[in-house]
Amino acid sequence: MSEEKNTKDFEKKSKCGIPLTVGAMVLEPGSTKKYKTGDWRTYIPELNQEKCIKCGKCWLNCPDGAIYKDKEGKFQINYDYCKGCLICAKECPVKCIQYKIEEK
Amino acid sequence: MSEKKVISGSDAVAQAVKLCKPKVLPMYPITPSTLIPEKLSEFIANGEMDAQLIHVESEHSAISALYGAYAAGVRTFTATASQGLALMHEIIPIVAGSRMPAVMVVANRALSGPLNIWNDHSDAMSERDQGWIQLYCEDVQEAFDTTIMAYKIAEKNNVLLPVMVCIDGFSLTHVYEPVIIEDQNKVDLFLPEYKPRHYLDPKNPKTFGAFAQPNTYFEFKEAEQEAMKEALKEIQNVHKEFATTFGREYGGGLIELINMQDAEYALVTVGGTTGTARMVLEELRKEGKKAGIIRIKSVRPFPKEEIIKATKKIKNLGVIDRHISIGSEGPLFTEIKATLKEENTKVAGFIAGLGGRDISREMIKKAFEIIEKGEEGVWLK
Repeated sequence: MSEEKNTKDFEKKSKCGIPLTVGAMVLEPGSTKKYKTGDWRTYIPELNQEKCIKCGKCWLNCPDGAIYKDKEGKFQINYDYCKGCLICAKECPVKCIQYKIEEK
Repeated sequence: MSEKKVISGSDAVAQAVKLCKPKVLPMYPITPSTLIPEKLSEFIANGEMDAQLIHVESEHSAISALYGAYAAGVRTFTATASQGLALMHEIIPIVAGSRMPAVMVVANRALSGPLNIWNDHSDAMSERDQGWIQLYCEDVQEAFDTTIMAYKIAEKNNVLLPVMVCIDGFSLTHVYEPVIIEDQNKVDLFLPEYKPRHYLDPKNPKTFGAFAQPNTYFEFKEAEQEAMKEALKEIQNVHKEFATTFGREYGGGLIELINMQDAEYALVTVGGTTGTARMVLEELRKEGKKAGIIRIKSVRPFPKEEIIKATKKIKNLGVIDRHISIGSEGPLFTEIKATLKEENTKVAGFIAGLGGRDISREMIKKAFEIIEKGEEGVWLK
């Protein structure tokens, strides 16, 4: 099976510069990264590093992959992508993740 | 070698599908389309066809599996009718919006309720706004031919839209007629192997069915409309090529004109009703009446220009709808009136054949009489 090369897919662009591919396909992998969904947030979670036991439950349960381990082995929240669903806060066994309404 | 056989409409469709070599057939049988998957599974079991038939758990799954198979880069086929098509509704516009050149046969059947298994056009007509090309057939040979043409039209690079081949439930699916079944080599030349533009490939990742925000959705829908305009041309081109290769043709592919050269009044039909209308027309012509028929084969894209051209000399026109947009009127009636808004043609709308009520010669004769007098249309019961 061979894939037809079609440069037409990249010719047309919308006013905002998004390629108008045939069938609305996204031909560039990983493009979701560019779409920062952090501004959807109503509640902002905050992780208290002193109380954290590093069990990784927040990291495991975050549906957006917005929790990561930094170089020192501490779990951090990536606010570019955290939508504030608060699953992390609910799952944390030591309640080290607190939240409040985010003021923008 | 091509051969002539007396077979049913469903059998003819299955034979045509076999010749087009789809690789994945997600099927959920529903009356009156059931004989199509039945015949196709027979072909596969006998080793006459190299394809995977998936027994899915609903029509929603059938069309979803069809989407998945197209994303994987193969030609597919499915068939359905009535509530089955209605259950597919959620995915129908997604297949078109993703520009997948799928082919589906709809064995036209009335939508419930009340429950009814017989023929009218309420199922397919209710899906007419969803980006699928809709080609309606008059007889069994045409069902066979249109299925083959459908793949070629859908797969044109400037079209890339799915096609619904609409055949009247029972009055075509279960009717036996002599059919010329074409030779595989000849079909292979007419319809070469399917080459997908894109397919799912882990080495070259891409997203099918992506999200489009208000800043792009509009443009993607505009592109579908443009593709439909291209389809108007390609349906005719493919028909021309089909006629040259196989020696059969149906009007220009969009509309068929019957005795329209000197006609003063005419009836617009879709699908199998045309057969009865032809007989009535023959009688009227013997009586010296200047009547004609315009059969619309392509309901989507709607051939506006062709209809305007065909009705230039027509004073009175009538339209038979086998579906009613409840609360309004027959959808074809509405569209033809809109098409002829600048012309001096009076249009009468007739509702007939709902839920398999036979459209008799008398009814068509009555319709012609009303049209001739320039009166309002009626429900032909």
